[in-house]
Amino acid sequence: MAVRTEPFVLNMGPVHPSTHGVFRMRVTLDGEVVVDIEPIFGYLHRGIEKLAEQRTYTGIIPLTDRLDYISSMSNNFAYCLAVEKLAGIKVPERAEYIRVIIAELQRVAALLIAVGAFLNDCGAFFTPFLYMFRERERIVDLFEMVSGQRLTYNYMRVGGVSQDLPDEFMPALRKFMNMMPRFMAEYDRLLVQNEILIARAKGVGILTGEQAINCSASGPVLRASGVKWDIRKADPYSIYDRFDFAIPTQTTGDCYDRYRQRVEETRQSLHIIRQAMEQIPSGPVRAELPQLIRPPAGEAYAHIEAPKGELGFYLVSDNSIAPYRCHIRPPSLINLTALRDMVRGWKIADLIIIFGSIDITVGEIDR
Amino acid sequence: MATIELNIYNLVNFQSIPPDWPGGFWWHWLFFTVVIIGFVLTMVMGVIYIERRGMARMQSRLGPNRTGPFGLLQPVADAIKVLLKENIVPDAADKLIHWLAPVVAFAPALMIFAVVPFGNGVLLADLNVGILYVVAISSVSTVGIFMAGWGSSNKYSLLGAMRNVAAVVSYEIPLVLAIVGVVLISGSLSLNQMVVAQDVPFILLQPLGFLLFFAAGCAEINRSPFDLMEADSEIVAGFHTEYSGMKFAMFYLVEYAEAVAISAIIATLFLGGWRGPILPPWLWFVVKVIIVFFAMVWTRTTLPRIRIDQLMAFAWKFLFPMSLFNLFITALQVLAGWPTELVWAMIIVNFAVMAILVLVWSKLFFKLGRGRIEV
Repeated sequence: MAVRTEPFVLNMGPVHPSTHGVFRMRVTLDGEVVVDIEPIFGYLHRGIEKLAEQRTYTGIIPLTDRLDYISSMSNNFAYCLAVEKLAGIKVPERAEYIRVIIAELQRVAALLIAVGAFLNDCGAFFTPFLYMFRERERIVDLFEMVSGQRLTYNYMRVGGVSQDLPDEFMPALRKFMNMMPRFMAEYDRLLVQNEILIARAKGVGILTGEQAINCSASGPVLRASGVKWDIRKADPYSIYDRFDFAIPTQTTGDCYDRYRQRVEETRQSLHIIRQAMEQIPSGPVRAELPQLIRPPAGEAYAHIEAPKGELGFYLVSDNSIAPYRCHIRPPSLINLTALRDMVRGWKIADLIIIFGSIDITVGEIDR
Repeated sequence: MATIELNIYNLVNFQSIPPDWPGGFWWHWLFFTVVIIGFVLTMVMGVIYIERRGMARMQSRLGPNRTGPFGLLQPVADAIKVLLKENIVPDAADKLIHWLAPVVAFAPALMIFAVVPFGNGVLLADLNVGILYVVAISSVSTVGIFMAGWGSSNKYSLLGAMRNVAAVVSYEIPLVLAIVGVVLISGSLSLNQMVVAQDVPFILLQPLGFLLFFAAGCAEINRSPFDLMEADSEIVAGFHTEYSGMKFAMFYLVEYAEAVAISAIIATLFLGGWRGPILPPWLWFVVKVIIVFFAMVWTRTTLPRIRIDQLMAFAWKFLFPMSLFNLFITALQVLAGWPTELVWAMIIVNFAVMAILVLVWSKLFFKLGRGRIEV
């Protein structure tokens, strides 16, 4: 018997437990099945790009902290690279290594949150989330040592980092690095073979490699679809060409693959940190620069592989102390454009986990 | 009873009013009504505390520990908070239904305890159709929940309520079929008689029945991993999204009172109810209820939630056939007249049967496509 049904519109958000901030979706539903969605954002708009035009080049760094507040260090890093490219500044060796260590630690922390939040969306009642937070806490402790902050670090500077690593940092990092493989194994034991997780996530929300490229997705979302593209290898910045690491990829591009991809990337990050810890030289951590940086007129685009994907800063200078234009390419926003294709035909519960598996931060989408 | 007379007097005719109770029928009734309400409310507070502390421990947190010694007064503080909160009713709500829903949902959870024995013959009404009464009464909560979903005129609420009805209708069947196995062995529908018959706890004689009942019971009362009627990450709070203040507290109470009720039924049917050495019967009963509830807390912290179509598939493709098998095998054993002195053999046989059935059928379940059904 065919029952005649009528689609209805459900307004999900801006305040909803699993929209990862203030994000709103207008979902058209046929019973439980998602017919169409329309993402609406802008609830967290702070005008960071415009604010940047009135600030000095150093003064913009705290603003970048507020973009993807889960990975502030990566934002600092990308911005500083852009200014250095614009002004042609050479960064001291030690600072480069510190930056890499910090950025990779930040990647681990951000991916842990991504995985935890994804599992939370799957309905595991906060247990994985809090387990992941337990390890993130250790990383945040390390960041607190170097920068004094626990969320918006404001640590990196144009031409280096704000201060050298404190003496207790390296032993603490070594301790963390020794513990981490055990924790990773623990997560795998709990989750990889979990029947319900597999039933929920495998084959759900498939994004093919072609689709991913067409909507310029990047980061784990792209690589989970089987495209081997990582800016650390494709366009090496900083000193990433000195490290030996692999680019893990998955095949199908479903939610489960995106989860696996993040776990694998965490492993590679730990591998990079280990190499950097061995190679790190001593020396200055900041280039000799004037108080106010006045880059020559021109433009520069620098991009890094942030935890969520390609994070780019496009700066235009008119030889003043503030940029003429600062454009940010946020990976969350671009990855989100794939959402509509991924969720159509799936159920509400799937919509939530597909959305969770893209891993967005609204601070970055709305800027 | 030789002849079955179907009149209302027979249904409420107590087979065993303990002779040492002071007074007659009405005193008995009054005493137990007060005891049951007190017991359920105390247990609800207790299990909320256990759940919050237990969950916190499993999630490497501390949980409530500020209110009173070890945070024991946290449920009291919560109760005071919700009592003082404003009661908000949406403009578009169906006022009467919205108001009535928490009551309709809450009453059955209390009524179940009318037939649950706290000791030998210590119960409000030793109905000779006790377990049938439990099954019938526990379904009434669904009506209350659907009323809440419909009456709040909120789309999340309606989705949650629809899911709840779908789940309860499906899970009633394996639930009842799992009970039938116990009924066959004990030879009675009265809960007290079932406990009396449990020289060996039925969890040993009916391991498969226990698993089925536990899974179906969890689904029936919206415990994780079947908690998708109030899936907080999907549909905010499901059917009670639009409730606040004391009405919300009623639903909160329903949730835990039902959890206590289903734990009590499991303890009675499968774990030997009030029977046990040394400790007084009622204490044994409480301990067993808490053990069962703790198992539910454990699953809640461990497992992700399943999807609505998987929920249905799990009921119809897995639990339903399994419960039929279980019933068939139990019926054969009872019909063949398994000798009482060979109970230990029956335990081994039944555990083996359970292991084989679960393994084989879960393999088949994957072949059938693990919940890919069209709804």
